[in-house]
Amino acid sequence: MHMLEVKEIHKSYGSCEVLKGISFTVDKDETKVIIGTSGTGKSTLLKCINQIDPPDKGEVWLDGEELTNLSTDMNRIRQKIGFVFQDFNLFNHLTALQNVSIGLEKVKKIEKEKAKARAFDELKNVGLEKQAGQYPAQLSGGQKQRVGIARALAMDPVIILFDEPTSALDPELIGDVLDVMKSLAGKVAMLIVTHEMGFARNVADEIIFMEGGNIIESGSPEKMFNNANKERTREFLGRISCLYGKE
Amino acid sequence: MVLLGINNLINNLPFLFEGLGVTILLTLISVALATLFGILLAMGRCYGRQPLPFIIYIYEKVFRGLPLLVIFFLIYFGLSQQGIHLKAFYAAVIGLVLHSTAYQIQIFRSAISAVPDGQKTAAMSLGMSKLKTIYYIITPQVLRFSIPGWSNEFTILLKDSSIAFSIGVVELMARGDAINSMNPEGILYVLLFIAFLYFILVFSINRGLNYLEKRYRISGYAATSVR
Amino acid sequence: MQSLPQILEGVPVTLLLTFFSISVGFCIGLLLALGRVYGKKAISYGCIVYLEIFRGTPLLVQLFIIYYGLPAVGIIFSPIIAALIGLSLNSAAYQAEYLRGSIQAIPSSQMIAGRTLGMTRLQSIRTVILPQALRISIPAWSNELIYLLKYTSIVVYIQVRDLTFQAKDIASHSSRYLETFLVVALIYLLFTFVFSEIVDRVEKHVRIPGIGLTQTVAKRNA
Repeated sequence: MHMLEVKEIHKSYGSCEVLKGISFTVDKDETKVIIGTSGTGKSTLLKCINQIDPPDKGEVWLDGEELTNLSTDMNRIRQKIGFVFQDFNLFNHLTALQNVSIGLEKVKKIEKEKAKARAFDELKNVGLEKQAGQYPAQLSGGQKQRVGIARALAMDPVIILFDEPTSALDPELIGDVLDVMKSLAGKVAMLIVTHEMGFARNVADEIIFMEGGNIIESGSPEKMFNNANKERTREFLGRISCLYGKE
Repeated sequence: MVLLGINNLINNLPFLFEGLGVTILLTLISVALATLFGILLAMGRCYGRQPLPFIIYIYEKVFRGLPLLVIFFLIYFGLSQQGIHLKAFYAAVIGLVLHSTAYQIQIFRSAISAVPDGQKTAAMSLGMSKLKTIYYIITPQVLRFSIPGWSNEFTILLKDSSIAFSIGVVELMARGDAINSMNPEGILYVLLFIAFLYFILVFSINRGLNYLEKRYRISGYAATSVR
Repeated sequence: MQSLPQILEGVPVTLLLTFFSISVGFCIGLLLALGRVYGKKAISYGCIVYLEIFRGTPLLVQLFIIYYGLPAVGIIFSPIIAALIGLSLNSAAYQAEYLRGSIQAIPSSQMIAGRTLGMTRLQSIRTVILPQALRISIPAWSNELIYLLKYTSIVVYIQVRDLTFQAKDIASHSSRYLETFLVVALIYLLFTFVFSEIVDRVEKHVRIPGIGLTQTVAKRNA
């Protein structure tokens, strides 16, 4: 049995169908990268998975539980699904440390001192122990995003969903965030929407190419970059490699 | 003439200070209740299910459109005609709260909408329930955002409390009116002194809350321009 | 219901008080706002003192001072004149604050752009700053209009025979407070709806595309 299973997801906004039957799976500690042009429903797909924006049709299963079943307690499930946002969404009124510890304290009900210690460890892992006492508005974009990752990791998730984690960052800050993500590969399952082709090529176990609300093709980086089956896939990867460089 | 006026003022000082006490009490009770209802109804208007937001909207429209004096008369004399006899002080509290709540809903509502949507999404993604999200994430930010508008409303309510003299609450303004009818000679000085007392109160409230806003401001995060 | 004509007698007085005071208050308020933003130190300071005093004390106290207090120093006004003066001076202070906010919301680059065209400071204010500032102050100004309409009711306490005065008179004779004041409440509500509707229309009519749709709400994340 797969850890995460997405079956035939459909989602529309008004008359516009954003997702037209998406299916795939993610196994334990596997890294999957979703690529595709903007506006093809990649972010919507992630929000359909953790039911922040539930799908209209189709099923999502995690560890044998159906998330799309309305009787499932999503507040419990979401603790197991980390989420890292494009625009960070750090809690503006909390310090970096409090941002990481609040989920532990208020959701997992871990005692305050222990939660703080754990949060501090997580910040240390992303290289931000010095910034623990600072507020989001005092951090750079790259630092904010690393706090966002630490916040997700602190909850001990089985999978983390990344929604274009580096798109809002200045180019020179992207590296730090990607390094942190690279270090997680193989330790926790990750589903990453990104335009960073070099990262996808080096880190992903599988790449999924989406367009127009459908999965066009998926496969290993080797296959996708060197001999994709579909013409459209080759075209897209050729164009984006020109833009972003081969590696 | 000046001497007479000052004499009149000094003789009446204790009388005036009693009135000041009533004014302060009336204001504090009313502002506390109106804030509580204002926050709750603003939450109801933003997060409640129809028809709740619509009902709150109508309430706002009506009570923001009625003169406080008319509200006081309806509550005090109108209800009394129906056999419900309220003490003037309580009638004034009810009137001030009904009126100020309608304004405070708006203050808290715009503070709520100033909190970015992503804050809620992020909290839910951590597994927080809706209530926890509102309590731990939304409210602390909303309260900070609303301080400027709220402190403005606080001073408006203080000034409005003077209208309570119309239904016979013996607050500061009523004392001035009483002195005026007993001894209109040199009333100017008594009235100026009353104005001075109100001024000091308004000034202190503004300063105090200004300090509070600076103190709790989130470093680097603009908590501005929410009316 | 036979007392309705008497109630309606008060309506013109209430409307006169509202419109006169909002207009005069606007003129004085504009001067105060400009004085506060652009004036030399002494002028700016003088404006602040005016604003603090009139916004720091209740309107009722101000009206009492003008009507009952000033005769002590030989200045005597009829009730209606005292009311017009009090409401105008009071409203000026509040309008000045709205206008100042709008003036300061216009980026300073607008003034610089005006000056680089060779305009004087005054010309830039008149032709560049104010046309923008006045437009964005309309919503706040509409609030002030409603406030003023409501607050005219307290002039009964300086013997002005406005809407509320007539109602009070009828009610105290007939002991029918509830009915009388419900009718009065409806009349005030009707006026507030009509006023805000009109101001709304005006705002939409003079709106500059892309400007002033949203008062900048608290800065987002970044």
